[in-house]
Amino acid sequence: MFSVLRSNRDGRKRARLFSGTGGSFIRLVFSLIITLFGLLLVTFLIGRVLPIDPVLAAVGDRAPQAVYDRVREEMGLNLPLWQQFYIYVSNILQGDFGRSVLTSRPVLDDIKRVFPATLELATVATIIGVALGIPMGVFAAVHKGKWPDHLVRIFGLVGYSMPIFWLGLMGLMIFYMKLGWVAGPGRLDAFYVDFIEPTTGLMLIDTLIEGDMDLFWNAVSHIILPASILAYFSLAYIARMTRSFMLEQLGQEYILTARVKGISETRIIWRHALGNVMVPLVTVIALSYANLLEGSVLTEIIFSWPGLGQYITNSLLKADMNAVLGGTIVVGAVFIGVNLLSDVLYRLLDPRARR
Amino acid sequence: MRKLIAGLVLGTALATMPLSANAETPKNALVMAFSIDDIITLDPAEIFEFSGAEYAGNTYDRLIGFDNKDVSKIHGVVAESWDVSEDGKTFTFKIRDGIKFASGNPLTAEDVAFSLQRVILLDQSPAFILGQFGLTPDNVMEKIRMTDDMTVVMELDQPFAPTFVLYCLTAGVGAVVDKAEVMAHEKDGDLGHEWLRTAYAGSGPFALNKWTAGESLSLTANEEYWDGVPEMKRVIIRHVAEAASQQLLLEKGDIDIARNLEADQIASLQNSDTIKFQNQPKGGLWYLGLSQKNEYLSNPKVREALKYLVDYDGISSTILAGRSTVHQAFLPDGFLGALNDNPYTLDVEKAKALLAEAGLPDGFNVSMDTRNTTAIMGMAQSIQATWALAGINLEIIPGDGGQTLTKYRARQHDIYIGRWGPDYQDPHTNASTFAWNPDNSDEASAKPLAWRNAWDAGDLTAKTDAAILERDTEKRVAMYHELQRDVMANGPFVIMFQETEIASLRNNVHNLDLGPSFDNNYYRFVTKD
Repeated sequence: MFSVLRSNRDGRKRARLFSGTGGSFIRLVFSLIITLFGLLLVTFLIGRVLPIDPVLAAVGDRAPQAVYDRVREEMGLNLPLWQQFYIYVSNILQGDFGRSVLTSRPVLDDIKRVFPATLELATVATIIGVALGIPMGVFAAVHKGKWPDHLVRIFGLVGYSMPIFWLGLMGLMIFYMKLGWVAGPGRLDAFYVDFIEPTTGLMLIDTLIEGDMDLFWNAVSHIILPASILAYFSLAYIARMTRSFMLEQLGQEYILTARVKGISETRIIWRHALGNVMVPLVTVIALSYANLLEGSVLTEIIFSWPGLGQYITNSLLKADMNAVLGGTIVVGAVFIGVNLLSDVLYRLLDPRARR
Repeated sequence: MRKLIAGLVLGTALATMPLSANAETPKNALVMAFSIDDIITLDPAEIFEFSGAEYAGNTYDRLIGFDNKDVSKIHGVVAESWDVSEDGKTFTFKIRDGIKFASGNPLTAEDVAFSLQRVILLDQSPAFILGQFGLTPDNVMEKIRMTDDMTVVMELDQPFAPTFVLYCLTAGVGAVVDKAEVMAHEKDGDLGHEWLRTAYAGSGPFALNKWTAGESLSLTANEEYWDGVPEMKRVIIRHVAEAASQQLLLEKGDIDIARNLEADQIASLQNSDTIKFQNQPKGGLWYLGLSQKNEYLSNPKVREALKYLVDYDGISSTILAGRSTVHQAFLPDGFLGALNDNPYTLDVEKAKALLAEAGLPDGFNVSMDTRNTTAIMGMAQSIQATWALAGINLEIIPGDGGQTLTKYRARQHDIYIGRWGPDYQDPHTNASTFAWNPDNSDEASAKPLAWRNAWDAGDLTAKTDAAILERDTEKRVAMYHELQRDVMANGPFVIMFQETEIASLRNNVHNLDLGPSFDNNYYRFVTKD
């Protein structure tokens, strides 16, 4: 992506403006469109075969038949399936994701509201997960087979296998109820809910923009527990992967060479071995970040965190398909975006990829 | 390595530093956790959901109201007084002077007429409540009209019982909206509907501050409210879906009221010295719908047997733990004409005898569509156990709410276990669904509960229609008694419980006024010490 001129295998230089950077860009866009289209089609079809009547979400169980029939027609549900899909896709191409039945607002507005909440939570969780997971993995690898290794592995196993619902409630019971170290469910104390006008939708940033440090610390005390619970999950995964990548690297000959040369053990571990581990690790972190960005439904429910996971789940349960499809596109776009990001990071971390 | 350990220690220390001070909610603000994700609109002409109705009840004044303690006491709110013509077909309402909308505009007869007309013209879900009087989009402009600044006349197509008409006007569709304000936001002749779905134009004790769908709803007190300014200057309702989270917030004092605690949480808080409970019977009924398309369930003896096979007291005291009382008639306690004797108890021998009479001494197989919530599943399992005693093999088909309801509405169930909530405070609301079915064919245009269960209500349909024309209240009550007895004995419904709402409050919160429906849960009298 960084060089316009490239050598072919036989050594001839050729202009690759289009077939290279541009070409891969076009290929990328093309595969994006195919992927998103497939995603839409499948989600749309699933939505239509669900045994849930979407009109019910709009008018409720008690509406008279005449209203029900009218709304059903307004929602286009009496048209043939292909026509419904055609209308939906052509609306999307014009930037209109339709209106959510459950919130009676445009889906795009809803997503602008719920996605930042998830983004904020996932980002803080990933930062915690990386900051603790990598050192723990390295630590375990260095002490392979001894008690620190076992400790990290057990800690990781527990984090990986504990139901998040239980973990969340226990966390609230201990750190919020008993100890009072953190704040309870919600993004801010209930009393503050309408003190903040969403600018970015990220509470930590919005409170700083308004320059209200009390609210900022309130937001911090609300996010720390759910983020830690989510982080425990990704931490366990990251630590395990770091450990196995590190073990592989530490057994390599260049490590032996480095030791023979008398380089300090710290430098060997943190610079030489970890440096090489970072490349595959980026994929691991990116994947776990993308997973968190889908929104974690259970965590969001327990911590009454109005994020994407809850939004999509609630919409799905009421067969509010505009909202589900809108959410699905966001999740798809997030996955693609995070993958692109990790591609870019690859190039920064791995000199070979830059060539 | 030492650095690493030091780092870990420092990290732990930082992470465990107390970040939150134990804050109490302010004295003049009411903070409440409530499952409010059912709100889909804020327009009173469209609202038909529980928490939406509660919002409208606190922010809009209605034409007529009733006493929460004694529903039979009907009084005027926006209407100062009313007259019914000799022939019973014309109602004349005198409008109260001195009511002001949040915009500052005075409330006049023009607003009242507009609000009622608007309900019919917009024709949203609750519009039928007024439509029952023969009002249609074509005739409403002449049937409802202002005759002077402070008088509104409403003409009906039949001489309905005055109680019927007045109770219907106590529903959300009787809310008065600010005509000037609403019409200022009109788009393409929508009578300001699109705007009002997320905005406010009322005169109630509270005004809308902000609604974030599925997140929070906040109200501010109307400092000029004509009937007493609320002591709570702000009301903040936070959507908390998980009951366990509501409990924690309440115990910690971060909220004043939790609205959706489950039976086990209420039990665990019984001995708390900081939390108290307030119980209010609501109109919701738990019942089984027995499809008459099923060969066994269409047998009257079988239906009767099933009514003797429910452990009413057991379910009410354990599974629903205080959140219901046994109630077997289709009119909930508190409604005009409600029957409160509950003739059926768990009696396996009697049920067996009835099944033998029906030619099914060994029972039969049948399925029940069951929503997968704790309470409904618990009820279904108890019923499964008691039915097994009489040899009936009940298969529970679990599903999400939308799923089971869709199947029920399409008449594809054997048995449906569910909840029915009345639409307005008049007995006709339930009579017209449990005892009324003018067309039992699959293509019927009206689809009451009797239809969903494919039950031909016979002459009950005509009797139900007659009851709304009976202008003598005594006689009207007697008619509803008869209808209830008939449905109880012969109908395809095993009506089991009447819902009780339990609000959990901090000890310092007083005077929350809970009514028989969510429409009449009022915050305006709340005080805190």
